[in-house]
Amino acid sequence: MSSSPSRTIPIVPVEEVDEVGLYEIRRKIYPRAVSGIFARWRVFFVVATQLVFYGAPWLMWNGRQAVLFDLGERKFYILGLVFWPQDVVYLSVLLILSALSLFLFTAIAGRVWCGFACPQTVYTEIFLWIERKIEGDRLARIRLDAESVNAKKLAKKGLKHAAWIVLSLWTGITFVGYFTPIRELLLAIPGRLGAWEIFWVLFYGFATYGNAGWMREQVCKYMCPYARFQSVMFDKDTLIIAYDEARGEPRGARSRKADPRAAGLGDCINCSICVQVCPTGIDIRQGLQYECIGCAACVDGCDQVMDKMGYPRGLIRYASQNSLAHAWSRSAMWRRVLRPRTLLYAALLMAIAMAAGISLALKNPLKVDVIRDRGALAREARPGVVENVYRAQIMNTSETPQSFRLRVEGLPGIAVAGIEQPIDVGPAATRLVPFRIEAPMEAGAPGSHRIELIVESTGATPLQRRERATFILPRP
Amino acid sequence: MNTFTSPFWDLWVIVIVVASILGCAWLLWSTGRIKVKGKGPAADGAVSVTGHVWDDDLEEYNNPLPKWWSNLFWITIVFGIVYLALYPGLGSFPGFLGWSSTGAYQQERANFDARLAPMYARYAAMDIEVIARDPAARQTGERLFLTYCSQCHGSDAGGARGFPNLRDGDWLYGGTPETIVQSITKGRMGVMPALGAALGPEGVRDVAAYVRSLSGLAHDNLRSQLGKPLFMQNCAACHGAEGKGNQAMGAPNLTDQVWLYGSSESAIAEGIIKGRNVNATAGTNAMPAFGEQLTPAQIRVTAAYLWGLSNPAVAAK
Repeated sequence: MSSSPSRTIPIVPVEEVDEVGLYEIRRKIYPRAVSGIFARWRVFFVVATQLVFYGAPWLMWNGRQAVLFDLGERKFYILGLVFWPQDVVYLSVLLILSALSLFLFTAIAGRVWCGFACPQTVYTEIFLWIERKIEGDRLARIRLDAESVNAKKLAKKGLKHAAWIVLSLWTGITFVGYFTPIRELLLAIPGRLGAWEIFWVLFYGFATYGNAGWMREQVCKYMCPYARFQSVMFDKDTLIIAYDEARGEPRGARSRKADPRAAGLGDCINCSICVQVCPTGIDIRQGLQYECIGCAACVDGCDQVMDKMGYPRGLIRYASQNSLAHAWSRSAMWRRVLRPRTLLYAALLMAIAMAAGISLALKNPLKVDVIRDRGALAREARPGVVENVYRAQIMNTSETPQSFRLRVEGLPGIAVAGIEQPIDVGPAATRLVPFRIEAPMEAGAPGSHRIELIVESTGATPLQRRERATFILPRP
Repeated sequence: MNTFTSPFWDLWVIVIVVASILGCAWLLWSTGRIKVKGKGPAADGAVSVTGHVWDDDLEEYNNPLPKWWSNLFWITIVFGIVYLALYPGLGSFPGFLGWSSTGAYQQERANFDARLAPMYARYAAMDIEVIARDPAARQTGERLFLTYCSQCHGSDAGGARGFPNLRDGDWLYGGTPETIVQSITKGRMGVMPALGAALGPEGVRDVAAYVRSLSGLAHDNLRSQLGKPLFMQNCAACHGAEGKGNQAMGAPNLTDQVWLYGSSESAIAEGIIKGRNVNATAGTNAMPAFGEQLTPAQIRVTAAYLWGLSNPAVAAK
């Protein structure tokens, strides 16, 4: 197939023409350690997000785990709040808020989420740190991998993988600890773990180990959908990691003492530090590429080189395409951060966050569903009195026991019957109670009438819920 | 599945499944061997193309997929073959594990019953009157009733036209704990023959008037007197000479104020003319058997709940 000349299109000036397949073998990337302002920011985000992730399951709240997603009971506890399946709208709100935040931050500064806070980046960063502690930095690692198998290599690799696996398993346990109380989970580890808990600990641990230890940049390049669709939120005013071509080119090696202008050179000394520190292995000097996760490691790397050379910093920097094209000043570029789309995203974000906050603050912990019996429309209870049958699902989502009274409004002489009041419902519990509503035959015209069932707690701060229902009066 | 399809469809499914798997394998194998001219993708600037050209100059870039990605496809093929060997999928071949959805359902039910067994164990030997006094058992009984019985008998067990009220103390087949358990376990089939032809239109009205007189409802005296001998002749065998019914066969007591289909003369006449559930089908006037769906202990708890409803004084103790 490949030998057929008609199917092989020679392409634009290529010096070394090779045969390549439709699949590529990954070239391992050895990112070089880098320090600088953005590296410090990344460490900050790694520590902050992981303190929350590893720490939250250990917090207690009124004698229960503060953050617990109890799938079996279908209740999600977050600090003082208890979410029931009926509260799924808050999940939608959370997703909308996350999406809008992603839009906003991406429109302003590109893939900052990818570069600083995404778990893939965060765990890769942690795993790289372990790797560096055990195997050394970039060159040492390249050399170690090139060595033939020997005791020292095996020891280092073994130690590294052991450390990775321990961390991964702990991550898996922490993850499952959000669904099974983590203290019980740890006590159950010697042989009493459920099959699904074992599966999820191992699965999540394996995913951490595989993604952060082995897959790394390939997750972003090939697997992550967000990586790709963030590209469409970029515009010419979005701050991206950019190489200042006008200032850097023509690149070339030179002595520190030489005047680059006299030698006809730009500021780029072609030291390739920016390529060596890149966790996705690209050369930022080729411009904006889809592989770039916006981690700014090359910015830190290049700034150090510029300092050594005595050149101004910022040959690689956060810059918008407009600012590079028009040679805008920093302040001119930053002014364009406030543009209609970012303002709109920010306004929407604030509005929805406020609405969600108000709604959460006013959340009624009493929920009631009233279901009319479909088997019978209306019955004559006693001569002249009609009854309809209902069941009420009374959900006490508060964490204290409650007693409720039912009453009904909507027709003259209408009343609740056939139920012992008050109705006790335990903390975070549900009761399904059948009851009847009675009304005199002459309370209204035959047919269906709107009525309102009022459920009220008897406590000091009464909870109340009004539910609409229908009452049917038969033809006499 | 073979009960209603011809073996052709087995073959049809097998051919499609096998051909799809082979086709996927061939596609993976052949694309893995294609080589195109160009430099490696990571080399600076240059791109390679796959060789497809449309409209003279539109070319397809070669953006190579990582090799491990195609290996994932190979893994799915292996998975598919193993799956088809173990589980049903290849026509009517049941798979070596012998899994079926019916079996899975039964397994799940058995597991569920086993989980509930300890909770119900204490009720197995307990007297139904004693269970009825246990508040926890009453709540369980209520939930069982709401799940299995309330569709017909109403959430409050108050019944509806044609479906008996279970809390009025009046029982078609008897209200002792044992008969309630029997009714739930085996179901009931209430049958009344159609007498319209035998009695004639006037006879039906006469009998209806007599029946109304039995429970003291307003009636035509003359018709009622004419109806009495007809009743003795046609109805008394089941409903008794005094019209007090017979719980052994579920014949209703006609002297009380409880009317399953209504007490109006026309409702009574309709019952006489057309009968009830004449063909003894499990349609109207029949209570389905729950012995298959509920365990004996669940039936005891449900029966205790119902017995308690019609004997509130005892249950409240």
